[in-house]
Order: sequence, then C-alpha cells, then structure tokens
Amino acid sequence: MFKDKACIVGIGETPYCRKPGSGMSDEALQLRASVAALQDAGLRGRDIDGILAFPNVGKSEAFAASLGCHNLRFAATVHMGGASPVASLRMAAMAVASGVANHVLIPAGWNGFSGRRMADVVSSDKSSIPGAAIAWDYYLPQGLTAPPQWYALMARRHMHDFGTTQRQLGAVAVAMRKHAQLNPAAFLRGKELTMEQYLASPMLADPYRVADCCLETDGAAAFIVTTVERARDLGKPPVYIMGAAASQPYPADEITSRKDFHMIGLTIAAPEAFAMAGVTPADADFAQIYDCFTFEVIQQIEEAGFCRRGEGGAFVESGAIELGGRLPVNTHGGLLAEAHVLGASHVVEAVKQLRGDAGERQVADAEIGVVTGWGDFGDGSIAILRR
Amino acid sequence: MSEYNKPLPGLDGLSAEFYAFCKQQRLHFQRCSACRTFRHVPREMCAECNSFEWEWVASTGKGTVFTWTVIERALHPAFADATPMAPVVVEMEEGVRLLANMLDCPPAELAMGMPVEIAYEAVTDEVTLPRFRRRAAR
Repeated sequence: MFKDKACIVGIGETPYCRKPGSGMSDEALQLRASVAALQDAGLRGRDIDGILAFPNVGKSEAFAASLGCHNLRFAATVHMGGASPVASLRMAAMAVASGVANHVLIPAGWNGFSGRRMADVVSSDKSSIPGAAIAWDYYLPQGLTAPPQWYALMARRHMHDFGTTQRQLGAVAVAMRKHAQLNPAAFLRGKELTMEQYLASPMLADPYRVADCCLETDGAAAFIVTTVERARDLGKPPVYIMGAAASQPYPADEITSRKDFHMIGLTIAAPEAFAMAGVTPADADFAQIYDCFTFEVIQQIEEAGFCRRGEGGAFVESGAIELGGRLPVNTHGGLLAEAHVLGASHVVEAVKQLRGDAGERQVADAEIGVVTGWGDFGDGSIAILRR
Repeated sequence: MSEYNKPLPGLDGLSAEFYAFCKQQRLHFQRCSACRTFRHVPREMCAECNSFEWEWVASTGKGTVFTWTVIERALHPAFADATPMAPVVVEMEEGVRLLANMLDCPPAELAMGMPVEIAYEAVTDEVTLPRFRRRAAR
C-alpha cells in the first residue's frame, strides 16, 4: 500500500501549561506549533497543500488562510477523537504516496485547562463525538457523563475476566511519571509519584483514581508528512512510515452492547499495520501509547499484540514499560505526566526518539517505534515508524 | 418534580418510543421481525440480517450485572450531591444490555452476575428512567 513511501519531516510544539492559561486561542496555539514544525522541516507555509485538522478545535480553512497555503488541495478531519492525529498520519501517508498532496500538516491542540474541559465536551454538545447522541439518551441520564466513567466499565470487566489489579493500573501511572522527570517540557516534572501515593489518590470512577487520569493542559503540537523523495531534500533525518492503520470497536458509537467487550479499534488496526510494515510487535524499540487513563495503556498493549489479551497487567507490572525495560512506553511522560495535546505529542516524541534527539530519556539505538491513538468510545489508530 | 436538574434523554425518534414505554412502567426492546434478534440501543434496522422490519417486544425485565463503575466524584455538576452512585450494565435475558442505576444496592455490595430486575423512577412529569433492583436468583 504505502509502506515506506511517506515520511515525517517536521515536528513542533508549544509550551505546555495550566494556570494562568496559554493566553491565546485554540487556533493560535495550533498555528504556533505548526510554524515550529515548518521551521523544523525547513518549509514555508505556502509549501503546505494538505491539512488534516482535529475535530472541533480547528478548521483547515482558517489554518490555510493564516499560514499562506495558496494551493490547499487536500483537507479533511478524521472524527476519532484522540485517535485522530495518528489516523490522520495514515491518511497523510496515503495522500502523499498517491500524489494527492505533497506536504500535509497535522496540527492538534487546545486550551484543555483554561478553556472547555474534557469532562464537559460530550455533556455540553450532542454533536461533539459520533456517539454523543446515544450518550445523551442512554448514559447521561444515569450519571455516566464523562470519559473516565465510560472506560471504567471496560476496566472493571477486564479486572473480572483476567484478574487485572489496581496496582497494575498504578504501575502505568508510576512509569509515566518517572519518564516525565527526564523531560524538561513535562508539566509534572519535579513531582514524582510512588505506588503508595498512587494507592492513596482519591477514587474518581472506580477503578479509576485521580492518578489514573490524564492531565488537562493548554498547548499544541503539529507534524508534517511528505514523500520519501521530498524528505531527502529537507534538513532533518526523515522518519519513515512503515505501516499505519485505524479502526473502530463494534459498535463504535455505543459501548454497552459490544458482544466482545474487550474489542477496540486496535484489535483490527494493529495486525494490519504490523503486516504492512513487515515487522512484529517484538521488533519495536519503544511505544508511545495514548494514555488517557491507565487501563487504556494496558488494553492497547494487549490489543496491539505486545502481549496476549489478559496479560497486559502483568506486562506493565514487570517494569517492561519503563525506560530500560523491554518496551519503554511514553518516554515523554504521556498524557498522564507530560501534557494532553490530543495525541499529537505522542507522534512528536516518537520522531524525537527516532532522530536520537530525546536527551536524557533517549532509548539507545532506537530504530523502530510504535505510536497509537485512542478516542471516543475506543476508536484506535497505530503507526509503525522507523528512522 | 419541576426542580429536577439532571440530564434528561432526548425524546425524539426511537428513543421517544423507548422512554414512552418506561413512562408506562414497561420495558420493551426492539426485535427484528425477520431473524428475531433483539437489539438495544434502538436502531433503524437489524445489523444481523439488515431487515427494516421490527417490533417492540416486552422484556422479562430480568438480567444479571455485567459491569459497573462507582462514581465517587461527579464530573457533571447536577450529580454533585448524588455520589457515590453506581451505574451498572445489565445483561438482560433477551441478550441485550441496559445501563441504569440500582435503587436498592449500596455500591460496595455489587457483584458480577448479581441477579437484578427492572424498576422505574419517574424523575419528571414527562420522563421515567429505568432503574434496577436486586432479585432472588432462580
């Protein structure tokens, strides 16, 4: 399909903050990240002829107008929530490989702390996500109003079926926090988390404690995809897209009725992406896994094939996901400890690792990395990248 | 009742029909007229056989707890005084699953497979929500 035909050539980020807020709009944040990505790639705004905007926080028309994209040939939005940036990465690879566009920009970001909060997105907007109308009619009236509550239903059943424990969820939170201590940009740098502190964290939606939940921060990140041929003429070492896929649980717009209750988008997408790439999960030197909540990391590790379904708890508890382990996960600290940039920062971190630019947290000799996205009611996206 | 400030279901389309049964203290699910597969939440057609023919069929109202969460801190202001609360997903005898709160079970006593039966709570003059209560196992 498009194996090794497209590359990530530019990455950009804003600072990540909470109080007093970024002081600028969602659009301005994403424009700043986009310009940083253009400078990183050695491109100008007018070189961008494709934009894939994140749902609800930006419009490709507005980005194009500000960046000076006079020749915008390809614009779309993938409606997969936090899975959108990596699903857009796949779409960008398809676009440049087929000649539909030459340089595709994928921005994401928001005032996730000082603006509208994640907990209010669905309960304030019936069209916010594809499943929102069903949530309004069948979840919200019963008090199930926000993502940690929906996903807690999945985590609780997983604990019953496979014996996954609270301490195993905690192992994810502790590992992400540990990694953040090595990342100067991480919001929670300087604030370590022990297992004892995790277990004392207040319960929010059982089994999720406050410490199981991602940060809410202001900030944006962006990346640029082009062809292998064009990438060779640009300044930075290209990161190749070996394989990528995106899919959905069934049904995607409703959680409770799933016959296979542990099926998520990655269940379908991961085997497709690895087959395209011609590698196996064991070949990955690291994985940046969308960590909206701790259990979602365990579930994605299983469904992506890093271990078998039901063994994810033991996998994370073994230390495998920490730097120095078999599969370092979220070397930047992830959504749990760096910042919540809607999934784009996971792509940026994967590129830094494959360029050898990850500083103190560099995975030695990283050649192949995996990045995933998770969104809405379990949509999934995955990309296999190499240097 | 006029002071009820929690989210209410939209009463249009097939959801209006589902909740109209609830208002009469009846639980009905859609059943495909062609392949007789039950479904919930309501949909326009059968995903098993793609038939558009269906009917509302009375449920036995009985099921078992499939999963749940205990909300200790509300993430919506209207539920701030309602915690702890435990929305449960119940697998009904018809094979469909229904999400609702328990009326008579402290969250700490919930268990997988616990037998429950349908109950109702009229929260406004227009809307009656499904709830569950414990039942003796057969």
